[in-house]
Amino acid sequence: MLLIHCPYCDETLPEVEFTYAGQAHVVRAADPSSQTDAEWENFLFIRSNPKGPHYERWRHLHGCGRFFNAVRDTVSDRFLTTYKAGAPRPDLSSLQGDRT
Amino acid sequence: MNKLVSSFTAAPLARGAVARVSLAPPVGRLVLRARGDLAALNAALGLTLPTTIGQRAAAAGLEVLCLGPDEWMLHLSPDQVGAVQAACAALMASHPHSLVDVSGREVTLVIDGPRAAELLTIGCARDIEAIPVGQGRRTAFDNVTVILWRDGSAAFRLDVWNSFAPHVAGLLETGCRELAAETA
Repeated sequence: MLLIHCPYCDETLPEVEFTYAGQAHVVRAADPSSQTDAEWENFLFIRSNPKGPHYERWRHLHGCGRFFNAVRDTVSDRFLTTYKAGAPRPDLSSLQGDRT
Repeated sequence: MNKLVSSFTAAPLARGAVARVSLAPPVGRLVLRARGDLAALNAALGLTLPTTIGQRAAAAGLEVLCLGPDEWMLHLSPDQVGAVQAACAALMASHPHSLVDVSGREVTLVIDGPRAAELLTIGCARDIEAIPVGQGRRTAFDNVTVILWRDGSAAFRLDVWNSFAPHVAGLLETGCRELAAETA
Protein backbone atom coordinates (compact mmCIF):
# COMPACT_ATOMS: atom_id res chain seq x y z
CA MET A 1 0.00 0.00 0.00
CA LEU A 2 1.20 3.52 -0.83
CA LEU A 3 1.42 6.13 1.89
CA ILE A 4 0.40 9.56 0.59
CA HIS A 5 0.98 12.88 2.31
CA CYS A 6 -2.11 15.10 2.18
CA PRO A 7 -0.96 18.73 2.09
CA TYR A 8 -4.25 19.91 3.61
CA CYS A 9 -4.43 17.42 6.50
CA ASP A 10 -0.63 17.49 6.83
CA GLU A 11 -0.60 13.76 7.55
CA THR A 12 0.80 10.78 5.70
CA LEU A 13 -2.09 8.41 5.18
CA PRO A 14 -2.96 5.10 3.52
CA GLU A 15 -3.72 5.03 -0.19
CA VAL A 16 -7.29 3.70 0.35
CA GLU A 17 -8.37 7.18 1.49
CA PHE A 18 -7.30 8.71 -1.85
CA THR A 19 -8.38 8.60 -5.47
CA TYR A 20 -6.33 9.37 -8.56
CA ALA A 21 -7.62 12.26 -10.66
CA GLY A 22 -5.48 12.43 -13.79
CA GLN A 23 -2.67 14.63 -15.02
CA ALA A 24 -2.10 17.93 -13.21
CA HIS A 25 -1.55 21.42 -14.62
CA VAL A 26 -3.89 20.94 -17.60
CA VAL A 27 -5.08 24.53 -17.99
CA ARG A 28 -8.30 25.48 -19.76
CA ALA A 29 -7.85 28.38 -22.15
CA ALA A 30 -8.85 31.78 -20.76
CA ASP A 31 -10.86 32.49 -23.91
CA PRO A 32 -12.42 29.14 -24.92
CA SER A 33 -14.09 30.49 -28.09
CA SER A 34 -10.68 31.36 -29.55
CA GLN A 35 -9.55 27.71 -29.51
CA THR A 36 -9.23 25.69 -32.67
CA ASP A 37 -10.39 22.09 -32.91
CA ALA A 38 -6.79 20.91 -32.65
CA GLU A 39 -6.26 22.97 -29.51
CA TRP A 40 -9.45 21.55 -27.98
CA GLU A 41 -8.35 18.05 -28.84
CA ASN A 42 -5.05 18.70 -27.15
CA PHE A 43 -6.74 20.14 -24.04
CA LEU A 44 -9.37 17.43 -23.71
CA PHE A 45 -7.69 14.23 -24.79
CA ILE A 46 -3.93 14.43 -25.14
CA ARG A 47 -2.04 13.50 -22.01
CA SER A 48 1.61 12.84 -21.32
CA ASN A 49 2.62 9.32 -20.38
CA PRO A 50 6.07 9.70 -18.93
CA LYS A 51 8.34 6.98 -17.64
CA GLY A 52 9.53 8.67 -14.47
CA PRO A 53 8.26 11.69 -12.53
CA HIS A 54 4.66 12.57 -13.39
CA TYR A 55 2.70 15.62 -12.21
CA GLU A 56 -0.74 14.37 -11.29
CA ARG A 57 -3.86 15.19 -9.30
CA TRP A 58 -5.12 13.20 -6.36
CA ARG A 59 -8.14 13.64 -4.16
CA HIS A 60 -8.32 12.92 -0.43
CA LEU A 61 -11.78 11.46 -0.94
CA HIS A 62 -12.29 9.71 2.42
CA GLY A 63 -10.78 12.58 4.39
CA CYS A 64 -10.73 16.31 3.83
CA GLY A 65 -12.18 15.83 0.32
CA ARG A 66 -9.67 18.19 -1.25
CA PHE A 67 -7.93 17.83 -4.62
CA PHE A 68 -4.17 18.32 -4.51
CA ASN A 69 -1.20 17.77 -6.79
CA ALA A 70 1.57 15.23 -6.51
CA VAL A 71 4.76 14.27 -8.31
CA ARG A 72 4.96 10.50 -8.55
CA ASP A 73 7.62 8.40 -10.21
CA THR A 74 5.69 6.08 -12.54
CA VAL A 75 8.49 3.50 -12.44
CA SER A 76 8.93 3.13 -8.68
CA ASP A 77 5.48 4.48 -7.61
CA ARG A 78 7.38 6.69 -5.18
CA PHE A 79 5.79 10.04 -4.35
CA LEU A 80 8.46 12.74 -4.71
CA THR A 81 6.21 15.42 -3.22
CA THR A 82 2.62 16.55 -2.81
CA TYR A 83 1.45 20.17 -2.84
CA LYS A 84 -1.78 22.14 -2.63
CA ALA A 85 -3.92 22.74 -5.71
CA GLY A 86 -3.04 26.08 -7.28
CA ALA A 87 0.55 26.00 -6.01
CA PRO A 88 3.24 26.33 -8.68
CA ARG A 89 4.79 23.24 -10.22
CA PRO A 90 7.78 22.27 -8.02
CA ASP A 91 11.22 22.13 -9.59
CA LEU A 92 11.96 18.55 -10.58
CA SER A 93 15.75 18.71 -10.13
CA SER A 94 15.44 19.76 -6.48
CA LEU A 95 12.99 16.91 -5.82
CA GLN A 96 15.17 14.27 -7.37
CA GLY A 97 18.13 15.60 -5.40
CA ASP A 98 16.22 14.76 -2.22
CA ARG A 99 15.96 11.12 -3.14
CA THR A 100 17.57 8.98 -0.47
CA MET B 1 -25.62 -11.58 8.55
CA ASN B 2 -26.14 -7.85 8.12
CA LYS B 3 -28.81 -6.26 10.26
CA LEU B 4 -31.32 -3.71 9.05
CA VAL B 5 -30.51 -0.25 10.36
CA SER B 6 -34.08 -0.04 11.68
CA SER B 7 -33.41 -3.07 13.87
CA PHE B 8 -30.61 -1.29 15.79
CA THR B 9 -31.61 -0.83 19.43
CA ALA B 10 -30.07 0.99 22.35
CA ALA B 11 -28.80 -2.33 23.70
CA PRO B 12 -25.25 -3.23 22.63
CA LEU B 13 -25.12 -4.45 19.03
CA ALA B 14 -22.11 -6.55 19.82
CA ARG B 15 -20.47 -7.23 23.11
CA GLY B 16 -17.22 -9.01 23.80
CA ALA B 17 -15.05 -9.17 26.87
CA VAL B 18 -12.67 -6.55 25.49
CA ALA B 19 -14.74 -4.46 23.07
CA ARG B 20 -18.34 -3.36 22.77
CA VAL B 21 -20.37 -1.75 20.00
CA SER B 22 -23.61 0.08 20.68
CA LEU B 23 -25.87 2.63 19.05
CA ALA B 24 -25.68 6.23 20.27
CA PRO B 25 -28.92 8.09 20.94
CA PRO B 26 -30.18 10.25 18.06
CA VAL B 27 -28.34 13.54 17.70
CA GLY B 28 -28.79 16.63 15.56
CA ARG B 29 -26.15 16.84 12.81
CA LEU B 30 -25.29 19.88 10.73
CA VAL B 31 -22.65 20.25 8.04
CA LEU B 32 -21.20 23.74 7.82
CA ARG B 33 -19.19 25.03 4.85
CA ALA B 34 -17.72 28.52 5.14
CA ARG B 35 -14.67 30.46 4.03
CA GLY B 36 -13.00 33.69 4.97
CA ASP B 37 -13.62 35.44 8.27
CA LEU B 38 -15.34 33.03 10.67
CA ALA B 39 -15.76 35.51 13.54
CA ALA B 40 -19.47 36.11 12.90
CA LEU B 41 -20.20 32.37 12.69
CA ASN B 42 -18.17 31.77 15.84
CA ALA B 43 -20.30 34.34 17.64
CA ALA B 44 -23.55 32.81 16.34
CA LEU B 45 -22.49 29.30 17.37
CA GLY B 46 -20.99 30.38 20.70
CA LEU B 47 -17.64 28.72 20.12
CA THR B 48 -14.47 29.09 18.06
CA LEU B 49 -14.54 26.87 14.99
CA PRO B 50 -11.30 24.85 14.91
CA THR B 51 -9.31 25.50 11.74
CA THR B 52 -6.93 22.52 11.90
CA ILE B 53 -8.35 19.40 10.24
CA GLY B 54 -9.27 16.82 12.87
CA GLN B 55 -9.55 19.22 15.79
CA ARG B 56 -12.68 19.56 17.85
CA ALA B 57 -14.38 22.25 19.90
CA ALA B 58 -17.37 22.02 22.21
CA ALA B 59 -19.64 24.45 24.01
CA ALA B 60 -23.11 24.23 25.56
CA GLY B 61 -24.20 20.93 24.04
CA LEU B 62 -22.64 21.72 20.67
CA GLU B 63 -19.71 19.68 19.39
CA VAL B 64 -17.74 20.64 16.29
CA LEU B 65 -15.19 18.67 14.29
CA CYS B 66 -13.14 20.27 11.52
CA LEU B 67 -13.36 17.95 8.48
CA GLY B 68 -11.65 20.05 5.83
CA PRO B 69 -10.21 23.53 5.25
CA ASP B 70 -13.74 24.94 4.95
CA GLU B 71 -15.92 22.15 6.31
CA TRP B 72 -17.21 21.28 9.79
CA MET B 73 -19.51 18.65 11.28
CA LEU B 74 -21.68 19.88 14.16
CA HIS B 75 -23.33 17.55 16.65
CA LEU B 76 -25.99 19.00 18.90
CA SER B 77 -29.23 18.11 20.62
CA PRO B 78 -32.02 17.56 18.04
CA ASP B 79 -34.16 20.35 19.53
CA GLN B 80 -31.30 22.87 19.21
CA VAL B 81 -31.01 22.40 15.45
CA GLY B 82 -33.68 24.96 14.55
CA ALA B 83 -32.18 27.65 16.77
CA VAL B 84 -28.66 27.19 15.38
CA GLN B 85 -29.96 27.22 11.81
CA ALA B 86 -31.88 30.44 12.51
CA ALA B 87 -28.85 32.08 14.13
CA CYS B 88 -26.64 31.25 11.13
CA ALA B 89 -29.31 32.09 8.54
CA ALA B 90 -29.32 35.65 9.89
CA LEU B 91 -25.67 35.93 8.78
CA MET B 92 -26.27 34.62 5.26
CA ALA B 93 -26.19 38.05 3.59
CA SER B 94 -23.00 39.27 5.25
CA HIS B 95 -21.20 35.89 5.53
CA PRO B 96 -22.32 33.49 2.79
CA HIS B 97 -22.08 29.89 3.96
CA SER B 98 -23.88 26.58 3.77
CA LEU B 99 -25.45 24.92 6.79
CA VAL B 100 -27.24 21.67 6.00
CA ASP B 101 -29.19 19.48 8.39
CA VAL B 102 -27.99 15.90 7.87
CA SER B 103 -29.45 14.48 11.10
CA GLY B 104 -31.32 11.78 9.21
CA ARG B 105 -28.36 10.73 7.11
CA GLU B 106 -26.21 8.92 9.63
CA VAL B 107 -26.21 6.86 12.77
CA THR B 108 -23.47 6.91 15.38
CA LEU B 109 -21.96 3.70 16.70
CA VAL B 110 -20.18 3.86 20.04
CA ILE B 111 -17.17 1.58 20.30
CA ASP B 112 -15.52 1.11 23.66
CA GLY B 113 -13.66 -1.44 25.73
CA PRO B 114 -9.96 -2.00 26.39
CA ARG B 115 -9.28 -3.25 22.83
CA ALA B 116 -11.60 -0.84 21.00
CA ALA B 117 -8.71 0.66 19.00
CA GLU B 118 -7.65 -2.81 17.88
CA LEU B 119 -11.24 -3.64 16.89
CA LEU B 120 -11.26 -0.62 14.54
CA THR B 121 -8.24 -1.93 12.67
CA ILE B 122 -10.55 -4.57 11.15
CA GLY B 123 -11.71 -1.95 8.64
CA CYS B 124 -9.60 1.16 9.09
CA ALA B 125 -6.21 1.38 7.41
CA ARG B 126 -5.16 4.41 9.43
CA ASP B 127 -2.95 4.21 12.48
CA ILE B 128 -5.72 4.52 15.08
CA GLU B 129 -3.24 5.15 17.90
CA ALA B 130 -1.94 8.22 16.03
CA ILE B 131 -5.30 9.99 16.41
CA PRO B 132 -5.00 12.05 19.62
CA VAL B 133 -7.70 11.66 22.26
CA GLY B 134 -10.23 14.48 21.95
CA GLN B 135 -9.85 14.78 18.17
CA GLY B 136 -11.58 13.13 15.24
CA ARG B 137 -10.98 12.24 11.61
CA ARG B 138 -12.98 11.50 8.51
CA THR B 139 -11.56 8.28 7.15
CA ALA B 140 -12.49 5.08 5.36
CA PHE B 141 -13.77 1.98 7.16
CA ASP B 142 -13.79 -0.96 4.77
CA ASN B 143 -14.13 1.60 1.91
CA VAL B 144 -17.07 3.33 3.62
CA THR B 145 -16.56 7.01 4.45
CA VAL B 146 -16.99 7.39 8.19
CA ILE B 147 -16.25 10.03 10.79
CA LEU B 148 -14.28 8.67 13.71
CA TRP B 149 -14.39 10.63 16.97
CA ARG B 150 -11.88 9.64 19.62
CA ASP B 151 -13.35 10.43 23.04
CA GLY B 152 -10.88 8.46 25.15
CA SER B 153 -7.93 6.14 24.76
CA ALA B 154 -10.43 3.27 24.37
CA ALA B 155 -13.64 5.10 23.51
CA PHE B 156 -14.66 5.98 19.98
CA ARG B 157 -17.71 7.12 18.06
CA LEU B 158 -18.20 6.21 14.44
CA ASP B 159 -20.64 8.19 12.26
CA VAL B 160 -21.83 5.97 9.40
CA TRP B 161 -24.35 6.71 6.67
CA ASN B 162 -27.56 4.73 7.19
CA SER B 163 -27.20 2.58 4.11
CA PHE B 164 -23.68 1.48 5.11
CA ALA B 165 -24.43 1.02 8.82
CA PRO B 166 -25.61 -2.63 8.60
CA HIS B 167 -22.40 -3.61 6.83
CA VAL B 168 -20.15 -1.71 9.24
CA ALA B 169 -22.03 -2.98 12.31
CA GLY B 170 -21.83 -6.53 10.98
CA LEU B 171 -18.10 -6.21 10.48
CA LEU B 172 -17.59 -4.83 13.98
CA GLU B 173 -19.70 -7.65 15.40
CA THR B 174 -17.44 -10.19 13.70
CA GLY B 175 -14.42 -8.34 15.12
CA CYS B 176 -15.87 -8.42 18.62
CA ARG B 177 -16.35 -12.17 18.36
CA GLU B 178 -12.78 -12.63 17.07
CA LEU B 179 -11.31 -10.57 19.91
CA ALA B 180 -13.47 -12.43 22.45
CA ALA B 181 -12.29 -15.78 21.08
CA GLU B 182 -8.66 -14.64 21.33
CA THR B 183 -9.00 -13.61 24.96
CA ALA B 184 -11.08 -16.61 26.02
